[in-house]
Amino acid sequence: MAIRIKDLVTKEKAMRQGHRMCPGCGAPTAVQQALLAVEQPVVITAATGCLEVSTTIYPFNAWGVPFLHSAFENAGASVSGIEAAYVALKKKGKVTEDIKFVAFGGDGGTYDIGLQALSGAAERGHDFTYICYNNQGYMNTGAQRSSATPKGANTSTAPAGKVIPGKIQKPKDLTAIMAAHHIPYVAQTTIHNPMEVIEKVKRAIETPGPAFVNILTPCVLFWRLEPSLQREICKLAVETRIWPVYEVIDGQWKLGYKPRKRVPVEEFFKPQGRFRHLFKGEAGQSIIEAFQKDVDEGWEYVLRMCGETWEPQA
Amino acid sequence: MSRKDITSGNWAVAEAMRQINPDVVAAYPITPSTDIPMRFSEFVADGLVDTNLVTVESEHSAISACLAASVSGARVMTASSANGVALMHEIFPIAASYRAPIVFGLVNRSLGAPINIHCDHSDSMAERESGWIHIYCEDGQEVYDTMIMGVRIAEHKDVLLPIFVCQDGFITSHCFEPVEFMDDDEVQAFIGERDPLFPLLDIDNPVAYGSLALTDYYFEIKRQQVEAMKHVERVYKEVAQEFAKKTGRDYPVVDTYKTDDADHIIVIMSSAAGAAKDTVDSLREKGHKVGCMRIRLFRPFPAAAIVDALKGARSIAVLDRAASLGAPAPLFTEIKGALYDAGIHIPTNTYVYGLGGRDFFPHNAEEAFMDLINNKMSPEERYLGLRE
Repeated sequence: MAIRIKDLVTKEKAMRQGHRMCPGCGAPTAVQQALLAVEQPVVITAATGCLEVSTTIYPFNAWGVPFLHSAFENAGASVSGIEAAYVALKKKGKVTEDIKFVAFGGDGGTYDIGLQALSGAAERGHDFTYICYNNQGYMNTGAQRSSATPKGANTSTAPAGKVIPGKIQKPKDLTAIMAAHHIPYVAQTTIHNPMEVIEKVKRAIETPGPAFVNILTPCVLFWRLEPSLQREICKLAVETRIWPVYEVIDGQWKLGYKPRKRVPVEEFFKPQGRFRHLFKGEAGQSIIEAFQKDVDEGWEYVLRMCGETWEPQA
Repeated sequence: MSRKDITSGNWAVAEAMRQINPDVVAAYPITPSTDIPMRFSEFVADGLVDTNLVTVESEHSAISACLAASVSGARVMTASSANGVALMHEIFPIAASYRAPIVFGLVNRSLGAPINIHCDHSDSMAERESGWIHIYCEDGQEVYDTMIMGVRIAEHKDVLLPIFVCQDGFITSHCFEPVEFMDDDEVQAFIGERDPLFPLLDIDNPVAYGSLALTDYYFEIKRQQVEAMKHVERVYKEVAQEFAKKTGRDYPVVDTYKTDDADHIIVIMSSAAGAAKDTVDSLREKGHKVGCMRIRLFRPFPAAAIVDALKGARSIAVLDRAASLGAPAPLFTEIKGALYDAGIHIPTNTYVYGLGGRDFFPHNAEEAFMDLINNKMSPEERYLGLRE
């Protein structure tokens, strides 16, 4: 049955008012959209990070559903443990409902310190959905670089200095790494269009077995972005092909969107203060060129995996 | 009808786990505790238990999954040693704070470096402030019995704390000795069903575990854990008493051997107590009034029971199987503190022995006793069985 926004807006939300995320932050948007179309009861676990600390400040709690956080690097193991308990207790009749399990982690907790636990959980085949809200850095602790941080970004541990122009490495392709686990469902998306996340996460959750969804979510504070531009910057990430949206369903790659025109990566950089230094001098220019080359290659890879071609308008 | 069999410390743990039939076991192999998940996985493969066995990719994930399963409402067990225990360290205080009654078969092994697979207590001693209950066992029988009692102690509503059941790596874990097993039904009747408080899977009454509590609440939450620890000794005694009635096997918080009239007492833990007790017998034959006290419950520290057993002695030797580099050895420190608080000043020697699995012989115990008998007292740390 088609999902209708009209039906969803009146639904009680899993995460409620009173959380302390920044105005304009992409994480709560992604969480709300992700859980909106899920019909079964859910239990949430989260890695340490902005989402976790901002939603559970004792004695308050923004979650209207069961929630567990224990540490930074173990959301994959936590969701495994919850699901394992559920399977065992359901078999004994001590739990009767059909429950779904969703883990949230930022890119620090997913690409970096939590990758092993996530990989293990995926390999073991627990029935869960892991959602990475990827804001491209350790934003909860003040914008340190992560392996998801884009090349050229000014971060607090890879700062734009007189000699080094911010982070010099390109980000890890975590979505492809998770696809290489050959789990039933993997998707990469962002919050430029609510139906994107709503539909993909619904599919992820309803798919038995492990599912992984990588959602690009702006950190307006450390991307140095005007908060009202949350949706626009995500749209630019897709249009510039920096962040292709696609699904991998039972090993079949499926491209979600082809931009009509070739939009240069600078368009994604311009609204964001973290890339401002790239527009001042030769070092920055060479980073932009290298970044564009990485993006073109990444896009070619996704097209190849999806069996697609791309002919942009001039 | 109970049955007697020849088994190892590790297999005794696995057999207790089979009879307990926990909901979830998440475990990762490490010497010398590997036999526990190996043996248990055979029980799973043969359909002898209902347990959901999660064969995780690291010890950190093992304890993380155990914690998540435990707060979900499941009865949860695991096992590990040394570096595995160290890798789990981050999660231990969190499990204690979430009041997750995990029962943990800890097979003691040195932490290194140099890398060494043999026994000392450096791994569990490093966790003594983690908020877990620590029980140290002398032999396979005690390990088996303590795993079963451990479920009741950990899950008691006045306690709700995770528990380490420690045994000496290789010495106990791999040594085959006669162990008397209870019937499966008896074990089930003794432990009962887990009745979890605030389980995560109760979707009609949602709870949040893992909140951020800062300067305004953190201290009060920690204070509640202190209070829970205070209940442990009482609950332990109730459970041990009930267990003794069923099995005839009695486990006081400290095990005293000929201490009543002893002038000189060795304080020790785990398997080395056997050699110390033998030495007590041989020295008593020579007319020396000596005794041995083995600490079984180490966290919470049963100071009153310890002082009671030691108060009549003229001198004491505390033997630690772990060094506290740069400070007095851990058990020695605790014993001195307990005596000081009781207003009792008894000269006490401190010895470190058995690091990295170095054997502990009766002649090592005799050396410590003879120092006491000959009044060679000093607060300086000494070493038994060390080449210097």
